[in-house]
Amino acid sequence: MTYLTLSITLIFVVIPLVLSKTLNLGLERDTIIATVRSIIQLLLVGFILKFVFDSESLLYIFLMVTLMIVAATHNARNKGASIKGITWKVAVTLIFVEVLTQGILIGLNITPPTAQYIISISGMVIGNSMVLSILFLNRFTAEVESHQDETELVLSLGGTPKQAIHTQLINSIKASMIPTIESQKTVGLVQLPGMMSGQIIAGADPIQAVQFQLLIMFLLLTTAAVTSVMLGFLSYPTLFNQRMQLIQKS
Amino acid sequence: MTTDYKPAIHFNHVDYSIDGNKILRGITGSFPEGKITTLVGPSGAGKTTLLKLCNGLLSPESGEIYIKDKGIDSFEPVELRRKVGIALQSAPMVSGTVYKNLALPVELRGEKYDKKEAESLLRDVGLDEKFLDRKVTDLSGGQQQKVSIARTLVNKPEILLLDEITSSLDRTSLKEMEELITLINRKYGTTIIWITHNLQQALDIGDYTWVMMDGEVVETGESKLLRSPANDRVKSFVQGGAQ
Repeated sequence: MTYLTLSITLIFVVIPLVLSKTLNLGLERDTIIATVRSIIQLLLVGFILKFVFDSESLLYIFLMVTLMIVAATHNARNKGASIKGITWKVAVTLIFVEVLTQGILIGLNITPPTAQYIISISGMVIGNSMVLSILFLNRFTAEVESHQDETELVLSLGGTPKQAIHTQLINSIKASMIPTIESQKTVGLVQLPGMMSGQIIAGADPIQAVQFQLLIMFLLLTTAAVTSVMLGFLSYPTLFNQRMQLIQKS
Repeated sequence: MTTDYKPAIHFNHVDYSIDGNKILRGITGSFPEGKITTLVGPSGAGKTTLLKLCNGLLSPESGEIYIKDKGIDSFEPVELRRKVGIALQSAPMVSGTVYKNLALPVELRGEKYDKKEAESLLRDVGLDEKFLDRKVTDLSGGQQQKVSIARTLVNKPEILLLDEITSSLDRTSLKEMEELITLINRKYGTTIIWITHNLQQALDIGDYTWVMMDGEVVETGESKLLRSPANDRVKSFVQGGAQ
């Protein structure tokens, strides 16, 4: 695709702008900011990726993945601001998920240990893990707040903090995993995954594109499960003190 | 007032606050063992907080609490909460059946609760055994309150803390509940500490009374003190009726 044809695609930005103006939606400013940011960010990433892929340096790969984890942690932690030490809990979870998935992929020779594969797959894994963290923390903080009576009830009857928070924890883990599982149920029927479509447009064999997409989808299932379970078990103890009391907030 | 009796729970200059807001100030006094003590006072006086301090759901900011002469911190939290049971005002239920709720204290210990025992306990609180398989969402507020008390009794606590347990009961159920609590107290020697807004109930059932206002204990003594309080604030509270 030439830069000229790419610039013609801006017509897809003009359509929502016209609609927003006509219907007084007030979304013109945000639409323009989003468009400019996406152009700058993606072009920048494109140049950086080209540089890193060409260099094949392990240090650059490491720096890229670290940058992704830092950005994802920063984004996700705000949703769990009420949980003590949430920044390192999210960071540890993302690092663990990244090491686990890359360990399996490279260790079992499923993907080659090159910058092209490591960075692309890491982006999907860390991005998915970040969204899962946000979904989990959102739900978990709401569950804890709205079910404080039940938590206190179990504690009052001689239950441990883990027993007291069990239902809220399980509900939050399940709720955060539902979008991943549901989207996999309809994949191919309702929507073609972006990565697979991109490969097909770029001229790849559709069967090979499907195989790679399946790998990514299975990977994201593990990412979803490990992220919510790990973050859940790291987060719940901070809600209680050493005397097994729910920490009070006014 | 409590010097003739061995204290089941003793407070010594206990303060409690949340984020700098004082909820309890300098609470000192004893709850006599084997007796029924009622806690009365206007809303926001700190009565529920005081109950939660007794079974370790909260810890004092300063001061000491003794359970039968032993410092409260010397008990493991789980052991303390089984020894000192509490029925919370909101009577929270775990979703599912009445049996599931009654079995909860036993299942928390990793054991299974015998259905026959559950049926017998239900009859004790004035509910038919057919209620065992009913969903808690199908119960009235009063019935849920009865299940809540039965569930607290499953642990066979030595000290029973009751937070406004009769506020949602009709007159008949209220009388049944008062009889049940009196029976538990007389039959098993269980120490009862009972928050109530019903001053007549405090007079009828309680051996002793603590009157609390603004986080302080303003008057204590035998329940008859409510007929002729010495403290002017208590006098005006009693004359105004329960709030």
